[in-house]
Amino acid sequence: MNERHAISILVDNQAGVLSRVVGLFSGRGFNIESLSVAPTLDPTKSKMVITTTGNEQVLEQIKKQLNKLINVIKVVDFVDKDYVEREMILVKVKAKEQTRAEVLRISDIFRARVVDVSPVSYTLALTGDQGKLRAFIELLTPMGIIDFVRTGTIVMEREMQSRKRSDQ
Amino acid sequence: MKKITGAQAFIEALRCEGVKHVFGYPGGAVLDIFDVIMDAHDIMFVLTRHEQGAVHAADGYARASGKVGVALVTSGPGATNTVTGIATAFMDSIPVVVFSGQVSTSLIGNDAFQEADTVGITRPCTKHNYLVKDVEDLPRIIKEAFYIASTGRPGPVLVDIPKDVMRGLVQFRYPEKVHLEGYCPTYRGHRGQIKRILSTILKSRHPVIYAGGGVILSNASAELTRLARLLNIPVTTTLMGLGGFPADDPLWLGMLGMHGTYAANMAVTETDCLIAIGARFDDRVTGKVDEFAPRARIIHIDIDPTSISKNVQVHLPVVGDCGNVMRDMLEELSGMEREIEDLKRTVRPWIERLEEWKRDKPLRYDKGTGIKPQYVIEKIRELAPEDAIISTEVGQNQMWTAQYYKFNAPRLFLTSGGLGTMGYGFPAAIGAQVAFPGRTVIDIAGDGSIQMNIQELATAVQYRLPVKVMIINNGYLGMVRQWQSLFYKGRYSHTSMAVSPDFVKLAEAYGAHGIRVEDPGDVEDAVRKALSMEGCVFVDFKVEPEEDVYPMVPAGAPINNMLLV
Ligand SMILES: Cc1ncc(C[n+]2csc(CCOP(=O)(O)OP(=O)(O)O)c2C)c(N)n1
Ligand SMILES: [Mg+2]
Repeated sequence: MNERHAISILVDNQAGVLSRVVGLFSGRGFNIESLSVAPTLDPTKSKMVITTTGNEQVLEQIKKQLNKLINVIKVVDFVDKDYVEREMILVKVKAKEQTRAEVLRISDIFRARVVDVSPVSYTLALTGDQGKLRAFIELLTPMGIIDFVRTGTIVMEREMQSRKRSDQ
Repeated sequence: MKKITGAQAFIEALRCEGVKHVFGYPGGAVLDIFDVIMDAHDIMFVLTRHEQGAVHAADGYARASGKVGVALVTSGPGATNTVTGIATAFMDSIPVVVFSGQVSTSLIGNDAFQEADTVGITRPCTKHNYLVKDVEDLPRIIKEAFYIASTGRPGPVLVDIPKDVMRGLVQFRYPEKVHLEGYCPTYRGHRGQIKRILSTILKSRHPVIYAGGGVILSNASAELTRLARLLNIPVTTTLMGLGGFPADDPLWLGMLGMHGTYAANMAVTETDCLIAIGARFDDRVTGKVDEFAPRARIIHIDIDPTSISKNVQVHLPVVGDCGNVMRDMLEELSGMEREIEDLKRTVRPWIERLEEWKRDKPLRYDKGTGIKPQYVIEKIRELAPEDAIISTEVGQNQMWTAQYYKFNAPRLFLTSGGLGTMGYGFPAAIGAQVAFPGRTVIDIAGDGSIQMNIQELATAVQYRLPVKVMIINNGYLGMVRQWQSLFYKGRYSHTSMAVSPDFVKLAEAYGAHGIRVEDPGDVEDAVRKALSMEGCVFVDFKVEPEEDVYPMVPAGAPINNMLLV
């Protein structure tokens, strides 16, 4: 069964490491749904979070192949963990006279922030998990989305592991 | 401490690694290193005639000797010419370190003269690679390169050195240890898991060992042989594993897979316990994956976790060096005489069945009027010394050698298995001959493949490397023709070598010797003569043009579905 996995990858913060990781995915036919990467508190290392889909066997290979890269220090698959997941999006949406109020109302409900305003548009920033972002975008689409950008998912394990899937 | 240049530091680092031989080709971006290498009399530099030849030679040197092979080339075209050699070594897990020159750091990215993104180009076909940006890093990077190439699952590493780094000054200090947080291969197998695999083996009725190149890379053929004999388990190997188990042992089944023996392919299909050791379930071995070893509990011992359950779901994996794991297995078995005796008794009917298969369906070919390629290989086997090193090109010549040259010891057979690189055999033989000047080294070649690196004749002559090249000259790209004959209605699209050089004259033109053989009755004398001659010899065997390799499993079919002669 194909499942969505968020994988965090601790790597050496060196030139070319990103392309090693990305090249591994493209070279072996694995897919990358989203990717985010930035240095950790220790500036010699970076953390990447990749979300991908695949069956159990494919995911096993992805993790093993990542571990095989010399510059990869640690690989964590969050699928069996309790974790928090966030992604941020920026949406520039049309705001004509008839729809301005509705855009703001939707934005309020989702606790999005208005980060830029013009006579014809609002730019909204929202963070959340996949489900929340999807619902938000669905509601805004009829208003007319002018531009749209997302950061890619980042994840972190919860300190209290309450519903470990492996325990079920 | 006095500072030295990067180029001098490079040579010092090679000395620290115990490097005695370097294969390569000069150019603008590596002039500084070449200037230093001229005075390094303790390191023999071998000038090949093509950078691909240099890497294959380093690879052949490594396969034959077990040491790391080293190549040195210039930037741009020099580096791109190494790609096939590097990919060949990568697919077969051969420890090679390739050093390439690069334009100065200030010019990188400017489309400078002879600039190529060498690290980018070789990233997917190296185990790891480096661009050295600061001369201070050079000693550490060279240390890491040799370490990574030769440890864990070995493989090629490339180090790209810009010209200004070669000229920069550094206080040379060679690190004693490497610190690579993300690299720590597992050498010891999990002891509990080893016990579990033994109990599975001891309970089996039809066990078979399927060994691969990992056994050779980890120098574990003695352990494999002891284990198989102790438990009375028959053995088949992959192409890469040939020589890992003695072919004259009664437990030997022959190679398995697409051109495997009937007995080996049937054994793997019928077994209830497949013990894979240092092998990776390549599609040329498994045929149709779903029907590979369908009745078996599959045990897999390998140092590379990615090999496990990649193509075939494994029931009992052990990650570790196969030599270590087999030593642990032997140790565990030392107190288990009764269980061993029981197993030996249980497997007796199985062994008898395999004996029958071997007897009823051996490797065979019809004697014809012309020269049979298989016969040439049998004669070479008969007449060459027991420790002769044999390389091959790719195609029918390679498969016939694998089938008919019965290898009794490891590191005698050098062949491009994973990538199947035509043009590999001759430079690889040159590399092996450099490692072992006193031994017989033979390249069993095809008339097509030999032309892919024929320029290395000059290398063999210049360095007095007495490599014997036995050309199985069928006038065709024989293996491709065979597929066309079987699967493309006999339409021989561009597989005839309608024009080939006169190999005898060609060899002579380079200052080597040439012998032509057209009559089956002359084969033996020609082989004998070539082996006794000094210097490099080409023997051109005009064999029957349309001989095919059998058995053959059509691509994608289960491996018990063999076309036989
Ligand atoms: C570099 C390269 N190009 C193409 C092939 C595809 N190929 C595989 S075997 C073969 C024929 C080789 O001909 P020859 O060397 O005469 O060997 P034979 O099969 O006739 O013994 C070819 C073209 C290859 N393996 N390597
Ligand atoms: Mg041929």
